[in-house]
Amino acid sequence: MGQSNIGQSYGNGENRYKEGQIRIPAGCAISGIIDKSGRRMSGEAIIKSIAVMRERSNGLGGGFAAYGIYPEYKDYYALHIFYDSSHIKRECEEFLERHFDIINLSKIPTRKMKGITDEPLIWRYFVTPLPTKLAESQLDEREFTAKCMFRINTHIEGAYVFSGGKNMGVFKAVGYPEDVGRFYRLEDYEGWCFTAHGRYPTNTPGWWGGAHPFALLDYSVVHNGEISSYDANRRAIEMYGYKCTLQTDTEVITYIIDYLHRKKGLTFEEIASVIAAPFWKTIERMTPKKRQIHEYLRVTFSAQLITGPFSILVGFEGGLMALGDRLKLRSMVVGEKGDIVYIASEEAAMRIIEPNLDAVWAPKGGQPVIICLNQEK
Amino acid sequence: MAVNFIYPEYEAARNYDRCIACRVCERQCANEAHEYLEDIGKMACDDTKCVNCHRCVALCPTRALKIVSSGNTYKENANWDSKTINELYKQAESGGVLLSSMGSPCGHPVYFDKILINASQVTNPSIDPLREPMETKVFLGAKPREIERGKNGELINNLPPMLCLSMPVMFSAMSYGSLSYNAHECLARAAQKLEICYNTGEGGLHENFYQYGANTIVQVASGRFGVHPQYLNSGAAIEIKMGQGAKPGIGGHLPGTKIIGDISRTRMIPEGSDAISPAPHHDIYSIEDLRQLVYSLKEATGYKKPIIVKIAAVHNVAAIASGIARSGADIIAIDGFRGGTGAAPTRTRDHVGIPIELALASVDQRLRDEGIRDDISIIAGGSIRSSADIIKAIALGADCVYIGTAALLALGCHLCRTCYSGKCNWGIATQEAKLVKRLNPEIGYTRLYNLLTAWRHEIKEMLGGMGINSIESLKGNRLMLRGVGLNEKELDVLGIKHAGDK
Repeated sequence: MGQSNIGQSYGNGENRYKEGQIRIPAGCAISGIIDKSGRRMSGEAIIKSIAVMRERSNGLGGGFAAYGIYPEYKDYYALHIFYDSSHIKRECEEFLERHFDIINLSKIPTRKMKGITDEPLIWRYFVTPLPTKLAESQLDEREFTAKCMFRINTHIEGAYVFSGGKNMGVFKAVGYPEDVGRFYRLEDYEGWCFTAHGRYPTNTPGWWGGAHPFALLDYSVVHNGEISSYDANRRAIEMYGYKCTLQTDTEVITYIIDYLHRKKGLTFEEIASVIAAPFWKTIERMTPKKRQIHEYLRVTFSAQLITGPFSILVGFEGGLMALGDRLKLRSMVVGEKGDIVYIASEEAAMRIIEPNLDAVWAPKGGQPVIICLNQEK
Repeated sequence: MAVNFIYPEYEAARNYDRCIACRVCERQCANEAHEYLEDIGKMACDDTKCVNCHRCVALCPTRALKIVSSGNTYKENANWDSKTINELYKQAESGGVLLSSMGSPCGHPVYFDKILINASQVTNPSIDPLREPMETKVFLGAKPREIERGKNGELINNLPPMLCLSMPVMFSAMSYGSLSYNAHECLARAAQKLEICYNTGEGGLHENFYQYGANTIVQVASGRFGVHPQYLNSGAAIEIKMGQGAKPGIGGHLPGTKIIGDISRTRMIPEGSDAISPAPHHDIYSIEDLRQLVYSLKEATGYKKPIIVKIAAVHNVAAIASGIARSGADIIAIDGFRGGTGAAPTRTRDHVGIPIELALASVDQRLRDEGIRDDISIIAGGSIRSSADIIKAIALGADCVYIGTAALLALGCHLCRTCYSGKCNWGIATQEAKLVKRLNPEIGYTRLYNLLTAWRHEIKEMLGGMGINSIESLKGNRLMLRGVGLNEKELDVLGIKHAGDK
C-alpha cells in the first residue's frame, strides 16, 4: 500500500524508515499565538512558549508556522523547499521555471546549532503561476499551485516543498523545537500569528520533511495526538486527488481541511462540526434548524470525521482555529490578553510569555475556538 | 434397489436407558424418521429419513437422543470422496440436476477467519463503550456531489433519499414462500424494534406486514412477483435483485406445491403454478437497461426511495459495480460465494462465484480509484456469521452487511440444509401449517433482537478497543486489519498488510 519514496533519509541507519514508508504514531506539544489586531510580533515568544513543553517532545522533530511574515511579497506564493543535493535543486528549479514566474529566490537564513544536524539544502522562492500555464491547466491559481507542489513532492525525488502559502511560512527540522526556532532565526521574523510543534514520534525516522507543521497553500496544521480513523480518512481523501505520501495524521488532517474549506467552501465552524462532529445523541437534542445542519454535515462528510485523540491548531489566511477531539482526549487550554490569544497543550506554555492573562479556559471536546483578524492585515 | 442404496451419513443414536417412549420425537419429525414399535414397546429410527435437523434432539425430554456420524465409509480415496460418489449415484438414478439448500459447506477459504483486528495500546487510548458514547448509526445512499447554499449562506439539504439504520446490519432477502409467514413476522418485527430493515425477497409483501414498511426493503426480481405501485411505495428502499451469491447466473423456482393461499395472492400468481424467476431480467440485457429500470422505479416512487442493486460476487464484480454506481442506483449489495439459498443447483452453489471478502475489497477499491465511492453505498452479504465478521467487512469498505443464515439460526434453524424439502421441522422454511406454528413469532423476534443487541455490544467493544467511537471511522479503515497465513496476492486484493508487517 502507498509505498512512496521522497528522497533519501538524512544520515540514518539503513534499517530506519522515514515518513511515507511506514506509519509512525507520535505524541506532541503544540502552542499558538495570534494577535487579532493584526499587529506583528517577533518569533521570540513562540520559541519561549514551546520550549517550556520540552518534556512533551523527544528531539525528533519541531517546527513553526508563521503568518504575516512576508508583507513585501504578500501576493506571491512563498515556497520553502528541502533539497538533498544541488543536482536535485537544479532539476526542481527547472520545473519551477516552467510553471511559475520566480520573483525572488534565496537560501533560508539559518544559524549553526549544536542540536540540529544533517540539514538539507533549504531554499525559499516567491513565485506566481505563469499566466499561459495557468490558462492551459484550466485550474484556478490555488489549485494550480497545490498541484505543482504535489508534483514536486511525488515526482522529484530528493526535493520536498514543505510550505507554499502567501505571506506565511513553515520552518521545521529534526531536533527540539526551541533549537529549530533558533536554527531558523525565527526571532528575526515578525508575524501576526505563530504556531509551534514539538514532536514525540514512537519511531526514529529523523527526516526533516516529516516534522510538523504540515502545510498546503496557506493552511498549516500542528497536531498532538494519534487518530484512530487515519486509514478511513486517508482512503477517502485520496479519492479527491490528494496523495498521502507521509502517512502521518497531520498530513491527512491538513488535506481534509483544505478539501472542506477550499474545495467545498465550508466555514471553519462547519469544518469543526465535520471533523469533530457532535454525537448523534447531542444532535437529536438540537433545535430543528441546527439539527438539520449537523445531520447534513455528518452524513455528507462522514468519511472526514476524525476519531481518536487529537488537538490541532489550524493556521489559515486571516485566522487560527483550535480544535480538540470530541472526547477531549488531548489537553488544550486557551488564554487571552487584550487582542492576543494564546493556545497551548499546557497552561505553563502561555504563562511563560504572558503571566497576567485576562482569561484562561479549556475548550470542550469538539468545541472549536476560531480566532479571526479584526480586519484584513 | 441395491445399486441405488446410499447408507445414511448420520444416525439417531438413542440411549434406551433414558428413552421413555413418549413418542415426542415421532410427532416432531416431519420426515417420519421415528416410529414406535408397539409390539416391543420401543422407539426405532429410520436413519435414511433423518436430515439431521436436531428437532427431536432438542425436544427429547430425557436427552435420550443425539445425532452422530454413521461412520459408514467407502474405501478411502483422496480423489473420489464419499460426497462425490454419493452425488454421482443420485444422478445416475435420477438423471436430474442436484439440488442443495443454504450456503456452500465446501472447504473454500474463509478470508474473514484469516484477518485479525487491531487495538490501541499506549499511544492512543482505547475507549470504554460503557462510559463513553459509541456510535453505530449508518446512512446508506449516495452523497451529494456539491453543497448548495441559500441566499443567506445557509446550507441547503440536498441529500438524496437514504436508509438510516441504528447499526450496519440488515436481514437479507428471503421471500415469503421460501420462508413461513411466522418467520417473516419475526424478521419484520425485529427489524422495527432494532431500527434496521428486513427484505421481502421476491415474494411480494403480505398485506399484514405493510405496517412495518419503514423497516422493509421491497425487492424487485426477475419474476416480478408481487410487484405493484403500493408495494413499491410501502418500503423504505427498493432492491433490484440481479443475482444471488449462492447461485450466480441462475434464476429461482418455487414449486407450485408451495404456491397456496396467501402466498399465491401475495405473489399475484395462480395457486399451484410454479413461480419461476428467469435467470436474467428479460428487460435487462445490459447496463443501460439496468439504468432504465432504476429510473422506472424512481419514477414510480417519486424519487423518494433509495434503489439497491443486488448482485452476486463474480469474477469481474468490480467492473460491474462501477457500472452500477453510474446507473443511478444508490446502494449496491454484493452477495458472496458462501451466501445462503432456499434451493440452488449444487454445482452452481459450490463452484460459481467468489468469496465476499475479496469481492468487497476489490469493489471498494475500484470505486475509490474511479472517484465514485461517494455515489453509492455498499452492502456486503454472503456469510456474515458474527460481529467480528461485520467489523472486518466494514473495515474492508462495506457500509453495511446483510445477514440471512445467521438470522435463521437465531430462529432455530440447525443448518440441516434441506430447505428445499419444504418440511422444515423448525417452522422456518415450510408452508405446512402444523410446522409453521412451531415458530412462535413472539419468541422468534425476541431472539433476533437479542442476537443483534449482543452483536451491537460486541461491535462497540471492538470499536472502543481500536480507539474509534463512531462506525463511520471504521469504514474502509484497512489499517485496522492484518492478514494471517495469506499470500502476497491475497493481501494485495484485500488491501491489507500481513500480521507483524510494519
